[in-house]
Amino acid sequence: MATAAPSLTRRSNGGGSWLDNRHVLGLLFLLPTAALLIAFLTYPLGLGTWLGFTDAKIGRSGEFIGLENFEFLWGDSVTRLVLFNTIFYTTIASIIKFALGLWLALLLNKHLPFKGFLRAIVLLPFIVPTALSAIAFWWIYDSQFSIISWALERMGLIHGYIDFLGDPWNARFSTIAANIWRGVPFVAITLLAGLQTISPSYYEAASLDGASPWQQFRHVTLPLLTPIIAVVMTFSVLFTFTDFQLIYVLTRGGPLNATHLMATLSFQRAIPGGSLGEGAAIATAMVPFLLAAILFSYFGLQRRAWQQGGSDK
Amino acid sequence: MKEAARDTQGMRYLETASRRFFTLWLPLCVFLFVLLFPFYWMIITTFKPNEELLSREGNPFWVHNPTLAHIKKLLFDTAYPDWLWNTLLVSVVSTLLSIACSVLAAYSIERLRFRGSRYVGMAIFLAYLVPPSILFIPLATMVYKLNLFDTRFALILTYPTFLIPFCTWLLMGYFKSIPYELEECALIDGASRWQILVRIILPLAVPGLISAGIFAFTLSWNEFIYALTFVSSSEVKTVPVGVVTELVEGDVYHWGSLMAGALFGSLPVAALYSFFVEYYVSGLTGAVKE
Repeated sequence: MATAAPSLTRRSNGGGSWLDNRHVLGLLFLLPTAALLIAFLTYPLGLGTWLGFTDAKIGRSGEFIGLENFEFLWGDSVTRLVLFNTIFYTTIASIIKFALGLWLALLLNKHLPFKGFLRAIVLLPFIVPTALSAIAFWWIYDSQFSIISWALERMGLIHGYIDFLGDPWNARFSTIAANIWRGVPFVAITLLAGLQTISPSYYEAASLDGASPWQQFRHVTLPLLTPIIAVVMTFSVLFTFTDFQLIYVLTRGGPLNATHLMATLSFQRAIPGGSLGEGAAIATAMVPFLLAAILFSYFGLQRRAWQQGGSDK
Repeated sequence: MKEAARDTQGMRYLETASRRFFTLWLPLCVFLFVLLFPFYWMIITTFKPNEELLSREGNPFWVHNPTLAHIKKLLFDTAYPDWLWNTLLVSVVSTLLSIACSVLAAYSIERLRFRGSRYVGMAIFLAYLVPPSILFIPLATMVYKLNLFDTRFALILTYPTFLIPFCTWLLMGYFKSIPYELEECALIDGASRWQILVRIILPLAVPGLISAGIFAFTLSWNEFIYALTFVSSSEVKTVPVGVVTELVEGDVYHWGSLMAGALFGSLPVAALYSFFVEYYVSGLTGAVKE
């Protein structure tokens, strides 16, 4: 892909200096980005891992203590509960987000008036600050004035207000519902973009061959959408697994740590609790899960190259 | 043509009006209702007087005696205007900084194709996958050591860690679509690489720049965990953190002003988004499709 340019530039540019060498210039252009990312992303990533092996506290740099943090956390019942919560939260929320998102994408892909407008308002939950929409959910979930309880009671379905955030399982499902509310638009809109790239001629051919709508979906839409599904769901899983804002605003991890996720526990132990080392160890413990999700998606992408007969990647 | 083709797939399959109602309009309306209800509730609550908020009588879906008291309280009795200003400042500066870095980096990776550029491209994509929840503890210790704790600078310098990877990735896609011939012609005419970038590539990549800008702005406006950790004084807080940490104190929640705070914190991004929906969507989907 190299352009045949460098020799031309030197001649035409008069002063032709080392700046015309695209390798040198390339690195020079990369410098600001590299500096910022190495200083504030790569270095902290390493520092965070290191902190996980120390007993650092706020205001005191720690000593290396080996695996002590991890050993402690492994034996800590709260951490175990939190690991369960995180996996439960991520699995349930991701599956429902995927199902509802795909459904919504298929609906929006149909012949509709005001298509652009509908797509725009569907994405609203995703662009509004999560902390602020979480506050709206907090109010909707209020134990005394919840509008959901009010409506259900008026319909005669319940007798007494639901304690959405006060009971462990209610709180788990309420936070998952809020997470789904925020995540579905992202999944739907990106899958919609994928659906729009599928040529109508495939459907034409399929329906000429007598394929039912379900068969068309199963054998045309789904295989062609797989690569995008892989990417979208990786992002979705990553962001759900490391979710912080929603839990912090709605429950702060309560009741009885039932909704604490790894990110919120790591914050609680490190910042208000002051045990930076322990918090960092919890954050580091998330990395293997994230790597697994990324590798999973990478193989999804591999499959795309193979399916389309492409050789890149 | 396209539409006709799409219609034929369902036509034979009993696409009658009632079927279309149950398979398309009914689920779509339920989706829209659920997705939009919290916003409606936010708006309604903002204008409801306390007596109506705390009463179970009457129809709660409507405001009977609208009031501006909550908004007045928010704007004059809290530091809310400061938070708005901080959020705006931090978002604008970190967005501009990130876009400037990303343009150079994307051009360098995609067009200069220096030795190892492919690997740098991969590394930037991987950087995008590193979530802030993993970085905030080490970053907090760094911010403290650099004496940036409780300043807007702490946010301006750390937001680019998630903005630059995204913007670079997005712009690389846009730059890729610009024909090489344009650049070659300019080189033959004696333009320097810098001139090519500024005069040829950037004007052609304006949609990409807008997408990246809008996206970066909303991402920094929505950022929460860094702002919560690196800042503690009320004057330097951002809107999401200020609303969550300062309006929620005490046992009696002031739902009206809380909702007003959430509403006014959401309006700027919503307005910006509504002007540039197409760019935003193409940025979102472009980044995923790459």
